[in-house]
Amino acid sequence: MSHLRLLCLLTLFAAALGAQTSRAAEPVDPWPGLVQDIFNNRAINDGSNVLAIEMPYRAEDAAIVPVTLRSKLSPDDNRHLKAITLVIDQNPAPMAAKFEIGPDARVSEISTRVRVNSYTNVHAVAELSDGQLYMVKTYVKASGGCSAPATKNVEEARNRLGQMKYRQFARADDGPTNGPREAQIMIGHPNNSGLQMDQVTHLYVPAFFIDELHLWQDDSPILSMEGGISISEDPNIRFTYVPNGAKTFRAEAKDTSGHIFQKEWKVDASGS
Amino acid sequence: MPASERSDKRMTCRFAILTLFAALVAAIPARAQQQALPVTEIAPGVFVHVGAIAQMTQENEGAIANVGFVIGNHAVAVIDTGGSVREGQKLLAAIRKRTDKPVRYVINTHGHPDHVFGNAAFLGNETIFIGHKNLPQALNTRGPFYLDAFRKIMGDTLIDEVRIVPPIRLVDGILKLDLGGRTLVLHAWPAAHSDSDLTVLDETSKILFAGDLVFIDHIPVMDGNIRGWLRMMDELSKEPAERVVPGHGPVSQWPTALADERRYLETLAADVKALTVKGAPIKAAADTAAASERSRWQLFDDYNARNATAAFSEIEWE
Repeated sequence: MSHLRLLCLLTLFAAALGAQTSRAAEPVDPWPGLVQDIFNNRAINDGSNVLAIEMPYRAEDAAIVPVTLRSKLSPDDNRHLKAITLVIDQNPAPMAAKFEIGPDARVSEISTRVRVNSYTNVHAVAELSDGQLYMVKTYVKASGGCSAPATKNVEEARNRLGQMKYRQFARADDGPTNGPREAQIMIGHPNNSGLQMDQVTHLYVPAFFIDELHLWQDDSPILSMEGGISISEDPNIRFTYVPNGAKTFRAEAKDTSGHIFQKEWKVDASGS
Repeated sequence: MPASERSDKRMTCRFAILTLFAALVAAIPARAQQQALPVTEIAPGVFVHVGAIAQMTQENEGAIANVGFVIGNHAVAVIDTGGSVREGQKLLAAIRKRTDKPVRYVINTHGHPDHVFGNAAFLGNETIFIGHKNLPQALNTRGPFYLDAFRKIMGDTLIDEVRIVPPIRLVDGILKLDLGGRTLVLHAWPAAHSDSDLTVLDETSKILFAGDLVFIDHIPVMDGNIRGWLRMMDELSKEPAERVVPGHGPVSQWPTALADERRYLETLAADVKALTVKGAPIKAAADTAAASERSRWQLFDDYNARNATAAFSEIEWE
């Protein structure tokens, strides 16, 4: 009898192999669900006159895809940016980051780097001082080849944990001395996704990432970020703001294990 | 049990096996008549299949990396298994056309899909999978993503068969394997092309299987550490080999085969460094770095922007 049972099982197996059912179903657009989850179903206006999102059409390196968010509000617009939420629709954790902008910092541009797992729409939703939401989007093709949204160099990532670098970029020669300036903060952190399963234990590796970052000029907030695992390893934020004459630039980051990383720099110093 | 009943059972069993065989042949005809991967014997007992310089596709069954095997007096070692189980099976068929000796070792030179997706073809029996000490972690974090990504590119049929098979024996530093009458020297390197690069030197033929630490004609792909790669090249060039099997490109003289790759990586690092000093954004690296190398490599547009992006995110910390 055991032979017969085996025959049945094997025949079924062979039939299953023969069937080769196709899985090519049209993917469902996740955006309506994300609007509900992230924005509580609030009305979202067209944002093409409010902000721009720039990403390369193809994610060259799935682990490091540059993204730039730029305000398109004219200087005489009486509304200002309060927050920008960045959503990568097809990522395992779509809400990549929420940037909140200091009320007096006049931040006009933010660049960072994200992981892109798949072909995806990327949405940026701005909240203005009028309380309204404004959305723009772009589309990114996933990278090919052997690139993956994972750490390239595990040992280096470990050694760099908690290092912070601040950099202030040279002012354009013709810019007014009290005009906008560009600066950058870098934080060494693996920003692990926690979505990988250990092949031996079959347990998920715990997530370990920067979930909060605050930047100040003296005691006035410039920018803060509520981040997730879609932000690339070694989170890097480059931004344009209007200095208030402060003497210091201060950064404080917190990760999901409760580490606090903080550092302060003199505003005119370049590098760390 | 009467003899006639036993014979009935035997008949049923034979029928079962025949039916099963027929069903399997009908379901997957390609597997029933496995073709052998074309290989060249580059030295006595050392065989190589030189992969196409291309991206992995359904049409090429992922067969883009160089894969090979070395036959000793009592065992065979396979070095990389290709970009699909289909390719791995064809590699196994090529081995079986030449020897009945057991495939004792499967060595993966690193964790990229074009080198490890054929591993499942060698599962079972007494085969021991060997890799860099970092390889299990690399496969663990990247494996599920690779399966997903390449399912879209290569289709369900090829990817359904793929299993992520991590190494059981890990190399930290040097490991010697005795195949009977010939010794392979395995060398695990610090992060360079990736963070799990392993080379295999056959002492008898003085042939070095370099994996993706060496690219020829195919633009080098940087998925580890560019400074580390340049540093280790001096050390790597001292491997006592006469010829190299690169990860991609033709079998070449050693160590002169390193020259083009070194020039590319030095150019890329210098261009990226200049951009970071100037305060240029990362996007500028993707657009301009190593542009002078464009005419010298195949697949330049597929990988250069990506190499530049990765190099920028490393060099900006200097």
